[in-house]
Amino acid sequence: MISLTSPVKTRAHRWPAGAKLAALCLASTGLVLVRDIAVHAAALAVVAALYAAPGRIFLRAGLHSLRVVLPFVAVLLAWHGLAGDLAQGVLVTLRMVTLVALANLVTMTTGLDALVELVHRLVAPLRRLGLPVHLLETAIPLVIRFTPVLVARAEALAQAWRARSRRRPGWRLVLPLTLQALDEADHVGEALRARGGALGPPEQE
Amino acid sequence: MERNIAQIALFAAMIAALGLVPQITLGFGVPITAQTLGVMLAGAVLGARGGAAAAGLFLLLVALGLPLLSGGRGGLGAFAAPTGGFALGFPVAAFATGLFVEHVRLRSAGLAAGLGAAFGGIAILYVMGAAGLALASGKSLGQAFLLVAVFIPGDLLKAAITGLLVQALAKLRPQTLAWHRA
Repeated sequence: MISLTSPVKTRAHRWPAGAKLAALCLASTGLVLVRDIAVHAAALAVVAALYAAPGRIFLRAGLHSLRVVLPFVAVLLAWHGLAGDLAQGVLVTLRMVTLVALANLVTMTTGLDALVELVHRLVAPLRRLGLPVHLLETAIPLVIRFTPVLVARAEALAQAWRARSRRRPGWRLVLPLTLQALDEADHVGEALRARGGALGPPEQE
Repeated sequence: MERNIAQIALFAAMIAALGLVPQITLGFGVPITAQTLGVMLAGAVLGARGGAAAAGLFLLLVALGLPLLSGGRGGLGAFAAPTGGFALGFPVAAFATGLFVEHVRLRSAGLAAGLGAAFGGIAILYVMGAAGLALASGKSLGQAFLLVAVFIPGDLLKAAITGLLVQALAKLRPQTLAWHRA
């Protein structure tokens, strides 16, 4: 499974994930509180510079993941414009784009392993309170492993459907897929139990 | 217990797979991804706690940077985006769906699941989604709701499909529906 981390190595890849996340929280909170259009324009310029710094490939990947915001930018600008409040519309869209771009920047420069490690440390106090957060260490790899498995199963089901029918399969694939997932869960559950269980005694680590 | 964890993980993977496989999109005019169908199913099959855990686990992996949201989106930006309210609403929606099927005792498992999906996956999810959009866009909650209301017909269809699927599951694998007494 391919993470959204950028293959272009930047200096930010080596910074600690916790620091980047904290900086993102601070910057996002600040941007939400400030209502000065000049500040927002400057913030967007700074973020754009950050995207451009590692080179063209990084910039293009960054712009690609920003595409999903574009329809909202268009709708909000048109809406605010029609309401005769274009300044507010520009402010809101600037803020929206900057917030998403900043968050994507952290994702692009932080590896999956670093983030999993960070989650591990962040939830450690919860474990002392008695919450079963150590189950995450079993569950996260399971999801990463089984998402492509289920996608492949769904594609195999779609192919089998196409061999028999000219209509689109659509939602009719979901029932056999769900049954396969439930059966798979039974197998995985048994396998976990046979290996000593996902729970494990807490003092083991 | 191991089985519960495996089911939660597999349903988290289901939510991802339903958003990623193009053949499963529900087409009428515009393609609608089946991702929220996965959220509804997780709540309706696993119940409130299991469903919320599956949807929460899915979101955690999205936040870690895996492109699992429909259309291959993911990362922290997905939560800052105008649609972030919907993403954050997934566990709540699954929980509400599960709560409904666990507490509203109906003779038909499918009917309970369909109504539960409409309650959790539409009513609750859209409140959170519209709130997120209102925060991001500076519009009022009502105006934001008007903007997202165009997607409600597709989601009604998904709730109905959830009902059909759970009805079939109640016959094929009654033991998986812990909340249902035949």
